[in-house]
Amino acid sequence: MFWRKFEERLFNLLIRVATLIIVGCLFIIVLTILVKGFPAMSWDMVSRIPSGGFYLGKEGGVLNAIIGSLYLGLGASIFSLVLSIPIVVYINIYSRSTSRFAQFIRISLDILYGIPSIVYGAFGFVLMIAFGLKVSLLAGIITVGLLVLPIMARTMDEVIRTIPKELGDASLSLGATKWETAMKVIMRQAFPGVLTAILLGFGRAVGDAASVIFTTGFTDNIPTSVLQPAATLPLAIFFQLGSPIKEVVDRAYASSLILTVIILIISISSRLLFKRFNKNVIK
Amino acid sequence: MKTSTSTSFKNNFPLSLQETEVAEEKVIPLGGLKPHISVRNLNISYGSQRILKNVSIDIPNKKITAIIGPSGCGKTTLLKTFNRLIESADGINIDGEVLVDGENIYGNDVEVTHIRKKMGLLSQRPMPLPMSIFDNIAYGMRIHGIRKKALLQEKVEHYLRQASLWEEVKDRLHHPATKLSIGQQQRLCLARGLAVEPEIILGDEPTSALDPISSQRIEEKFVELKKDYTVIMVTHILRQARRIADYIIFMWLGEIVEHGPAQELLENPKEEMTREYVKGVIS
Ligand SMILES: Nc1ncnc2c1ncn2[C@@H]1O[C@H](COP(=O)(O)OP(=O)(O)O)[C@@H](O)[C@H]1O
Ligand SMILES: [Mg+2]
Repeated sequence: MFWRKFEERLFNLLIRVATLIIVGCLFIIVLTILVKGFPAMSWDMVSRIPSGGFYLGKEGGVLNAIIGSLYLGLGASIFSLVLSIPIVVYINIYSRSTSRFAQFIRISLDILYGIPSIVYGAFGFVLMIAFGLKVSLLAGIITVGLLVLPIMARTMDEVIRTIPKELGDASLSLGATKWETAMKVIMRQAFPGVLTAILLGFGRAVGDAASVIFTTGFTDNIPTSVLQPAATLPLAIFFQLGSPIKEVVDRAYASSLILTVIILIISISSRLLFKRFNKNVIK
Repeated sequence: MKTSTSTSFKNNFPLSLQETEVAEEKVIPLGGLKPHISVRNLNISYGSQRILKNVSIDIPNKKITAIIGPSGCGKTTLLKTFNRLIESADGINIDGEVLVDGENIYGNDVEVTHIRKKMGLLSQRPMPLPMSIFDNIAYGMRIHGIRKKALLQEKVEHYLRQASLWEEVKDRLHHPATKLSIGQQQRLCLARGLAVEPEIILGDEPTSALDPISSQRIEEKFVELKKDYTVIMVTHILRQARRIADYIIFMWLGEIVEHGPAQELLENPKEEMTREYVKGVIS
């Protein structure tokens, strides 16, 4: 009796501690970024590219990195989506979802998911050399796209796996082909989840620093072609944070604030879109 | 081939294997009745587990045929062989012939979508597609090439009326189908199936998720539909079979124990096992 009560209490305590740590971390991170970043925020930060003495604490902003990150995030998400959809449709609808091949793909994706992003960076670099590609937005999009692929594909896969088989059967029994069933029924049912997967991938793509160092490079300019290098917010933060000049370090926090707001906008819009598209879905 | 001089339904069933030589299937003079579906030596197994054992059966044209038997005896499996939905199951082996209108649907050059278009399917749990009421009905027609808006509208109304759903939904055709009650959803699925102009209606315990009034409406629909369609319904409700079936197939552990005109099978079963099942001794 005593023992069981003790167990119960201990577990309650654990729940509280865990909750506190999670909420506490979030709170402290957001607070730090706000407190340190807000004073350094200015219209210039989001509207100008670095000029002359930016890295010495003088004029300019990080528009180059904002635009670069958005380009990269968008490009990588699209690249990854174009690869994810056929994979996911194939393993769930064409082959049987529990087939050996499907399981093999799933395990491969799970392993890829666990590989650190710096390894993707190195792999991307090797690919670039092999294909004679210079440090550029394109190289970054391919590398980060591959980094994001397992997240996107597996999230979609899990969503599609929860769809009852009878739904696909309903479409097939009307004389629809597998492709029509996949695209017009299954994807529609999975759409809110697919959207979440895309935004998760986008968030990861925008936030990753290690994979872009060797591939996307860094520049003070806004790229006008995918073959030019591009700046990204995580790298901008990294460079600014390393500066001995206080104004520049503060700008690192302001840049973090910008990145956080971008991620926040993405998650909130994903919630809203999820609600909007969820109404047609069978439950 | 043996020709019966009797014109009564009773004397012409059951059709035994010898009476229906596969080669001369086309028209069997059975008091004006011909089988719509003929199953010949059908064996189905999952891996090493045999699910259907040497099943041969004829399904009469434009009658209601009920497939009865205890849970797990293979009723659903048999039903799904009729429109080849069974193929999508894991590790399935199919051996034998299923002739629909005299054509072996498991033949090599058979277009599976063409076979499925011939049959409407009602599943145990109604499965509306994740789209509006209107689009649910229009889905199959669009797939089969009907594009004109006016024609679609006209046909959607026609089939909703045929399923006695029009009055209830005419003001909210563009609302999600999932907002309908379960009973309405099942009628929607019926309308959706009828919209691709099938010849056969398959139902897998189509009333088991419905309330008594909705069930009754589906039963009434089936009785109405047999004027123009062959109706095949799996049911575990003996009373339902008694109420609406013209012909009954009784299955047990993957085998057909007995089949015959409903009244005869229910009141005068030839097999001991059928007698016990009908009396409710076994279930
Ligand atoms: N996907 C499957 N894999 C393996 N066995 C299955 C599968 N589906 C059904 N079975 C087995 O086939 C048998 C018949 O199933 P089913 O046709 O659904 O029976 P019923 O509809 O009469 O209840 C059952 O023993 C069931 O366990
Ligand atoms: Mg069943």
